[in-house]
Amino acid sequence: MTEVTFTINNLWILIATMMVFIMHLGFASLEAGLVQQKNTVNILFKNVIILCIGLLTYYVSGFNLMYPGAEYAGGIIGFSGFGLNLPDGAAGLSEYADRKYAYYTDFIFQAMFAATCASIVSGAVAERIKLMPFLVFVFLFVSICYPITGMWKWGGGWLNELGFVDFAGSALVHSVGGWGALAAIILLGARTGKYTEKGVRPIPGHNMPLATIGVFLLWFGWFGFNGGSVLSADPGAVALVFVTTCLGAASGALTTFMVSYWRFKSLDHSMVLNGILGGLVGITAGADSFTPGSAIIVGAIAGAIIPFSVVLFDKLKLDDPVGATSVHLVCGIWGTLAVGIFGSGNFLTQLLGVVVIGAFTFTFAFVVLYIIKKAVGLRVTEDMERRGLDITEHEMGAYQNIDRGNFAMAVAK
Amino acid sequence: MKKIEAIIRSSKFESVKSELSKTGANFFTFFEVKGYGKQLSEHVVYRGVEYDIGYIARMKIEIIVEDQNAKKVADTIRQASHTSEIGDGKIIITHVEEIISIRTGSINESAL
Repeated sequence: MTEVTFTINNLWILIATMMVFIMHLGFASLEAGLVQQKNTVNILFKNVIILCIGLLTYYVSGFNLMYPGAEYAGGIIGFSGFGLNLPDGAAGLSEYADRKYAYYTDFIFQAMFAATCASIVSGAVAERIKLMPFLVFVFLFVSICYPITGMWKWGGGWLNELGFVDFAGSALVHSVGGWGALAAIILLGARTGKYTEKGVRPIPGHNMPLATIGVFLLWFGWFGFNGGSVLSADPGAVALVFVTTCLGAASGALTTFMVSYWRFKSLDHSMVLNGILGGLVGITAGADSFTPGSAIIVGAIAGAIIPFSVVLFDKLKLDDPVGATSVHLVCGIWGTLAVGIFGSGNFLTQLLGVVVIGAFTFTFAFVVLYIIKKAVGLRVTEDMERRGLDITEHEMGAYQNIDRGNFAMAVAK
Repeated sequence: MKKIEAIIRSSKFESVKSELSKTGANFFTFFEVKGYGKQLSEHVVYRGVEYDIGYIARMKIEIIVEDQNAKKVADTIRQASHTSEIGDGKIIITHVEEIISIRTGSINESAL
């Protein structure tokens, strides 16, 4: 019987891992849909490379920095060596975590999460950041910054000892990505022509069907992101998490829809897509401890915040083409605090967690990006921005025949 | 021969096309064009910000006719595209020096 339970638990977390993997396609599609056509290949390229950097750095050092083991319990930082080291030899493969899942399952599930926080940054900085300096930032952000704050809670560190609650990462994943995004857009500046003397000049995304596909893929993946975070296939717990996750997303979409219609008299689809994600991010910290009713309230408040937040960032001239700061930072903070109101956490502890994770992550990202900016620069030239990063960075268009027709000629060597 | 260029409302394109075919002028070139003028552009909202899309969309028709038909064709276009609102467009008539048919090599009127 225990062998069967072990197999089912392990299998569920591996299925959840695959669903989190699909979220990266979701991010890629959403971000591609919300940028201009001329920057599509660039944003897709970033999303592909970020995932690969995230997986490899998590193998090299991230996993053991985030989960250094019991001897670092209550600590601020710990490290248990490079690579994957099976605890207690070969038997440790399955004699691990009370036989709920295998060692490698733990690694691959967590590794799939790690790159998510960098994908969040890539949307906010889209259409104007230089590719190579950005990848250097991603490498440092995913391999050092994310595992350290992750260890504070999930690795058994000091926030965990204080009773801080973050079930699947409203704070540890989403707000971390959001803080990185905020630091990046402050240092990077807005896209050329976005903020004029006469006011904001929107730069609409080029493909709403692609953005919609992306959001549905993210929603789908979120069942694995939250459902897998139960860390077993416990029937009651996984079922509750599915319900709270889904209701949070749905109520988030509806309140964004209503608030943006009330405020702007428009049925802005891109805003409603952000509302779904806001609801999902909001629900993530307490998906296992909210009742379905409070899940609806938490998602609804997250969705209601989105339109105000999007407009506020524009007022501050912080240019975020995909709304990543509103969705992941603002709703991530809200979701973390909401656990102290509706869920199992203490409000002041939740607030402390939000502040310290924010302070560390923002400082780390700001300093790293500032050094990169001073050393090699972060922005592409205005001419590259005008022509688009697809042709200037990658020498190809996303829709080759639409962009330039099919007039290609061979060039003699 | 005359070249008649007409910039008309996109919504009037179908009626101009069908009226022109009744006059016998049933082949022409057309383009989707963008312009800017007295009429305000469309106002839309994206992510909480109202903005002016910055252009007015119109159709442009180019048609080459024999001299004696120019007035009739121009009148037909005007009647079919007229609304009396600002932004109805313009009809421009110019003289054409020579036309050559690529397929047959015939020139001028016989090339039409």
